[in-house]
Amino acid sequence: MSLAPGDACHVAGPNGIGKTSLIRILGGLLRPFAGTVSRTGDAALLDEKPALDPQLPLGRALDFWASLDAVGKDARQHNIARTRLDTLLDVPVRFLSTGQKKRAALARLLGQNAPIWLLDEPLNGLDSEGVALIEELVAEHCAEGGIAVVASHQPVTLPRHRILNLPDFAL
Amino acid sequence: MIGRLLLRDLVLLLPGGRQGGTLLPLLFFLAVAMLYPFAVGPDAQLLERTGGGVIWVAALLAAILPLDRLVSPDLEQGVFDQLALRGISEEIALSVRMLAHWLSFAPLLLVATLPAAALLSLDGNGLRTVMLGLLAGTPGLAAIGVMIAALTAGLRGGAALSGLLLIPLAVPILIFGAGSLSRPDDTGIMLAGAISLVLVAMAPFAGGAAIRAAREG
Repeated sequence: MSLAPGDACHVAGPNGIGKTSLIRILGGLLRPFAGTVSRTGDAALLDEKPALDPQLPLGRALDFWASLDAVGKDARQHNIARTRLDTLLDVPVRFLSTGQKKRAALARLLGQNAPIWLLDEPLNGLDSEGVALIEELVAEHCAEGGIAVVASHQPVTLPRHRILNLPDFAL
Repeated sequence: MIGRLLLRDLVLLLPGGRQGGTLLPLLFFLAVAMLYPFAVGPDAQLLERTGGGVIWVAALLAAILPLDRLVSPDLEQGVFDQLALRGISEEIALSVRMLAHWLSFAPLLLVATLPAAALLSLDGNGLRTVMLGLLAGTPGLAAIGVMIAALTAGLRGGAALSGLLLIPLAVPILIFGAGSLSRPDDTGIMLAGAISLVLVAMAPFAGGAAIRAAREG
């Protein structure tokens, strides 16, 4: 299986089939038991861990990653506005709801500016507006020549995407 | 990039950071130094003879306290995953963490040694030896701390285990560091420093391997 710029792939399958493992192998965080992965370009990961310091206000927690990713001030504000976090910047991360944390992680992902997006269950905990936001952002990302791999047990609307149904590959 | 990592680590570890930072271990250090004269009585000679060793033991015990939140919160929150995706290896992240841990701990410990030495009626010479010994030994303690914190990060009940692991590993530093008090020259301090340097060179690699193992496990 190979994905070219502009492609999106929906990794589907029931819980425990190995969607998360596949995503982590694609990101280089796990070693595959068999087979190889090669990718050109950086990968950005969005999973159930937001990687934001719980005791810091959201704005400062995001600023750490933004400064590490060398995101400009305008782009920072744009990403925050895009993920509708404007009013939450002073709230410590530990008080945010699951969906709000997911949106914060999405802002971090946007700032990373990586060509390959690895999204592990991105829809978990999001309201319908949040789901629409994810679908919209993935569509934009692919239209700009990015690659998105989305692991989700829920149906998700992606642009000209292929579905990798993991049970088809089970031994 | 290293500067940004260091800044974040320092904000988390210094007093006022994650769960009180290093303030509580320091107060614990002073509390142990304060407790000792109560336990053995106000015999100034006895206190002077044993006080340096007590300071060393107190420093060692205080070094155990911050271990459980040195690495494991970042592992749980996926910070190391995100750093790895940005091409920052666990070794670099842990080297920076070790430096930050030392900076947040050792200078304050040395300042706290002054009142502790007064409580234990150490003379000027004894105080100098203890301070130099701690200066040479604390980088090693920080290295052991980061190594053990990384090893126990993925484990349940890691906090109790880390104390148990730190003590035997810190014995060489203690022997030479505290041993320098009973020697006329500074060879003990130099040896403690040498052990520290070996540990500092080793810790990021051992810790990095531990974090990758925890991630795959």
